[in-house]
Amino acid sequence: MKILVPTKRVPDTDQKIVASADGLRVETDHIPHVINPFDAIAVEEAVRISERLRDVEVVAVGIGGPEYEQPLRTALAMGAARGIIVQCAKPLDPWNVSRLLKAIVERETPDLVLMGKQAVDDDANQTGQFLAALLDWPQATFASRLEFIGNELRVDRETDHGIETLTLTLPALVTTDLRLNEPRYASMAGIMKARKKPLETIAAGELGVPLEPRVEVIRYRSGDTRRAGERLASLDEFAALIAQAAGIGG
Amino acid sequence: MRILVITEHDGTTLRPASLSCLGFAQQAARPSSGEVAWLVLGQGIADVAAAAAQYAPVIAIDAAGLEHELAESYARAIAEVVKSGRFDLVAAASSTFAKDIFPRAAALHGGAMASDVVRHEWADGRLLFDCPRFAGAVTATIALHGSPQFVTVRASAYPAAVPLSQAATVEPMELPPATFARRARYEGLRSKQTARPDVAEARVVVSGGRAFKSAEDFERYVGGLADVLGAATGSSRALVDAGIAPNELQVGQTGKIVAPDLYLALGISGAVQHLAGMKNSKKIAAVNSDPDAPIFEVADFGFVGDVYAVTPELIKRLEQNGAGATG
Ligand SMILES: Cc1cc2nc3c(=O)[nH]c(=O)nc-3n(C[C@H](O)[C@H](O)[C@H](O)COP(=O)(O)OP(=O)(O)OC[C@H]3O[C@@H](n4cnc5c(N)ncnc54)[C@H](O)[C@@H]3O)c2cc1C
Ligand SMILES: Nc1ncnc2c1ncn2[C@@H]1O[C@H](COP(=O)(O)O)[C@@H](O)[C@H]1O
Repeated sequence: MKILVPTKRVPDTDQKIVASADGLRVETDHIPHVINPFDAIAVEEAVRISERLRDVEVVAVGIGGPEYEQPLRTALAMGAARGIIVQCAKPLDPWNVSRLLKAIVERETPDLVLMGKQAVDDDANQTGQFLAALLDWPQATFASRLEFIGNELRVDRETDHGIETLTLTLPALVTTDLRLNEPRYASMAGIMKARKKPLETIAAGELGVPLEPRVEVIRYRSGDTRRAGERLASLDEFAALIAQAAGIGG
Repeated sequence: MRILVITEHDGTTLRPASLSCLGFAQQAARPSSGEVAWLVLGQGIADVAAAAAQYAPVIAIDAAGLEHELAESYARAIAEVVKSGRFDLVAAASSTFAKDIFPRAAALHGGAMASDVVRHEWADGRLLFDCPRFAGAVTATIALHGSPQFVTVRASAYPAAVPLSQAATVEPMELPPATFARRARYEGLRSKQTARPDVAEARVVVSGGRAFKSAEDFERYVGGLADVLGAATGSSRALVDAGIAPNELQVGQTGKIVAPDLYLALGISGAVQHLAGMKNSKKIAAVNSDPDAPIFEVADFGFVGDVYAVTPELIKRLEQNGAGATG
């Protein structure tokens, strides 16, 4: 079995992120970048499957510039077998990422594409569903548990109304939610091994996918910050303010 | 401009978020004297379609193949209706239902999609959308290229549509059986039954964080306070991860986005990912034992103290307060 794991490189969103003064960019250059947290969960799950079942190859793929070596080496250090960088000059919107990923799926013919439900920079939550549609594969988004049963994959999904269970026939696409697992830290040995694992670079132009821009950003602005209010010393006053805001009582 | 709004329902009633999405569509349509229609999908949906027709004309697809909300069949059905009705814009309220199905439908029409729209404007004949990014730290104003365009809309950002003076029409539509083919099988849904309001829809939300050590404590303190306020309960990710609160209560970047009249955070530190889900609440109140907790930076009123001691005192005072209410 082969599992393809798309991984995006994103700024660490625990850091303070603001729009540039001219509104044309988001100031991220000075911020450390990481593997998108949901993609780390996808890598972890794929690696666990490869540890549990025989003959499972985990391939990580990133679409971006040469700086993608960093998140892909992280994926390799966590246990992926090889990596692919689809090199392109500038960041692409989810539609074009999904079209390039489709071309990679056609070359690699994986049984399962396992990827993050959303990238924490654009928060789009689109790419996996786009890709599933382009491939006409069954999908299970927001997965919190995976189990292979014969040739099928049983998935628990986190929905607004509870945990839904689906069974998918392979090949299939699954996007990860936070509670699927806790990604491991790459061990020193893992990091050493990762240096020797194959990391291939393909120019996006070679995939025969003409770009079709869909999202034009007109401007960015930093989110509205709220001002801190009062700190109450009296519980009576605090309770009264709560009652007032909730619209109960006097 | 022709706009199609996809309803979300539970088989009998429309979800309130869908009415806010219709509110968005009506605003967006107005400058071009556009038309807005609903799409109701499912099996046995006559009641929902009739309820929806109180607000706007309805296209109804009632089919056995739509018994469960599965992305493959729902996306194809939406795509078919969009094509045959020549809609320019397709909208749904942001929810796990729409996030699952909508991008898949958009991809069948060329992938022009915006997620979680919180504001829109017309500029030079183009409709622009504001979308939060980086957990809401930044808002991007974007234009989509291509048609039709698909958007999910944050319900709390738009007022609900108002009923028409006379109900509109319900137009049943049939789709070819191939629309409903799929390779995913529905097995079931496990949800915690609760008598409390839905956290995404409630006027008041009481949320608990890592301060609470067990499900019993969560129910007793967070649930207890919610009940005196007629509120929904919510939770930080920490408690959901720990299995103390069910996942459908998680508020935040990757949980539900809420904007109630009052959000009361008990023992929640205020991580950016949590703030992303509640910072647009009208009023925020917080109780935390750490005077430097970041939650106090966004709270309209805060109290420094131990939630195990403060919550019962609040319940007592609010019960008295409620009892004294005149209306
Ligand atoms: C990609 C990603 C997505 C995420 N999405 C979300 C999300 O959607 N929602 C979300 O909530 N989090 C999310 N998180 C997690 C987030 O970063 C925080 O870890 C989480 O919100 C912390 O929860 P907490 O405030 O309950 O716990 P903590 O940060 O541990 O805070 C507990 C607080 O309780 C206080 N406290 C402890 N005991 C008491 C007591 N007895 N009385 C009073 N106060 C007390 C402490 O002072 C502290 O401030 C996400 C993280 C990542 C990486
Ligand atoms: N440039 C990229 N390279 C590889 N994978 C990506 C890229 N952009 C998005 N993805 C994948 O798509 C998922 C969802 O992203 P998004 O739709 O942008 O929220 C991410 O979690 C990644 O798995």
